[in-house]
Amino acid sequence: MPTGLQTNVSPIPVVLTLAERELVRFFRQRNRVVGALVQPLMFWVLFSLGLRSNGLGPAFFFPGTIAMILLFTAIFATISIIEDRREGFLQSVLVAPAPRWAMVFGKILGGATIAMLQALLFLVLGWLTLELKSSVTEVLMAVMLMAVISVALTSLGFFIAWRMESTQGFHAIMSVFLFPMWLLSGSLFPDEPGSWLTLLSRFNPLTYGVAGLRHYLRFSDSGLSVDALPSLAVCWMVTVAFAVIMFVLAWRIADTRTTGDLL
Amino acid sequence: MPAEPAIVVSDVTHRYGERVAVDQLSLTINEGEIFVFLGPNGSGKTTLFRLLSTLIPMQAGEVTVLGHKLHGETSVVRSRIGVVFQAASLDKKLTVAENLAHQGRLYGLRPPALGERSEALLATLGLTDRRNELVETLSGGMRRRVELAKGMLHEPDLLLLDEPSTGLDPGARFDLWDYLQTLKSQGVTIVLTTHMLEEAEKADRIAIMDQGKLAALDTPAALQASVGGDSITIQTDRPDILSQGIRDRFQCEPTLLDGTVRLEQPDGHQWISRLVEAFPEEIQAITLGRPTLEDVFIARTGHRYWNGEE
Repeated sequence: MPTGLQTNVSPIPVVLTLAERELVRFFRQRNRVVGALVQPLMFWVLFSLGLRSNGLGPAFFFPGTIAMILLFTAIFATISIIEDRREGFLQSVLVAPAPRWAMVFGKILGGATIAMLQALLFLVLGWLTLELKSSVTEVLMAVMLMAVISVALTSLGFFIAWRMESTQGFHAIMSVFLFPMWLLSGSLFPDEPGSWLTLLSRFNPLTYGVAGLRHYLRFSDSGLSVDALPSLAVCWMVTVAFAVIMFVLAWRIADTRTTGDLL
Repeated sequence: MPAEPAIVVSDVTHRYGERVAVDQLSLTINEGEIFVFLGPNGSGKTTLFRLLSTLIPMQAGEVTVLGHKLHGETSVVRSRIGVVFQAASLDKKLTVAENLAHQGRLYGLRPPALGERSEALLATLGLTDRRNELVETLSGGMRRRVELAKGMLHEPDLLLLDEPSTGLDPGARFDLWDYLQTLKSQGVTIVLTTHMLEEAEKADRIAIMDQGKLAALDTPAALQASVGGDSITIQTDRPDILSQGIRDRFQCEPTLLDGTVRLEQPDGHQWISRLVEAFPEEIQAITLGRPTLEDVFIARTGHRYWNGEE
């Protein structure tokens, strides 16, 4: 690959400038801001009301809704790479002398930041409406874990979107891969030791992110014991590994060309 | 003093699957000249542009840009060339100034140099009062100017432009060439592709591309002179009969193209009267012209310029 040779362009400003661009674009598109907030909120309220008879309330669905916000915002933020390619912006980034990993990380950091902003807003909402028993340290650790999850998911979005020619193609991936990924992350169904659903969820890296959040965000009426969940150490290891692997994959794939470059 | 080569292309071939887009091409572009790749769509000039701009990787052959190998020293090449793509590369949701700021940082520019350079370019290109407008609100001509500013922001020694006049009105096209001439006077080498014959005439040298190969390479004047004399075009109902008649009577070799008969001869004005007197029934219209680049293209490739369209 013709990248990788020494260049006098320092990577940090490149990362920051591309991340900043994502944020500016996001906030200039009002409908994206509103959509990103309203949809998870609606899911949260509806699931909590609808499944109340099963003893699952807003506290149970809270960590899963955070995972949903991170997943959907992160991924929608990175599929803008398809737009970048179609609108031509990407080609001028690709011929710049900046290191390729910095370009990829800038895009991912931007998407992850948007996801984090929304998740934090939701976290505040939870703190205001539910009885949160966690210590300040636990909340801060939860926020850090959320940050790692966002990087993992944005990288995943980047990896999927890089070779796509249109956003339409993305919807198929969304319904057959990303949505099930969320469903099988312990966000919606509580753990039942021995059930195949729970077993399956253990192969899903997002499960460990959601479980980690359940450990940290303790509510008085979550209706769920965290004892059966993977331990915090395992949650952190899997989530960090998920983020690192997805980022490396995103970086690798960005070194390959697609016909879309040839607009 | 002989000019240093800005770009040396040696034996470059590029394929898309089975199709050969650039075929064993070799040529040299001098420093400080305005060099045009002229050819119809599908002639390989855009592929060559993508190779030179480092957008696509080399497959075979070797290219040196400003003394650096395109393959192997890509980063150095990238930092020394400016690229203006045919398709817009601006972020429409950002303002003119924001677009330039991002571009500058991708090329390692920092404040305050970035701001100064950006302001200077906006002033030169008449964009200062548009600096805070969103790109999506600008006209096509304005956008092209922002693209130019983007390409020149890091003060490259070489500017590559792909079909820069496409979609521009004559006024904007004039401004573009005015700016390119200014850059040339500052020592910047300018390499552009075009399918517009009249645009190519403004270059210092022209490479005529046809089916991935170099059909001709010279100054516009030398290329036109190489065709020899004037060009005479005759409209007729029966081109075969007429061209045979001309061949028999005047012992010269007319060419047939799309139902017209063409002749290249010195002293064209004398030929007009000779031909009209000899074939009063056959000739519907006859025109005399100086050889154009289209005549050069026809003479070198044996087919009409626009036939190469895909």
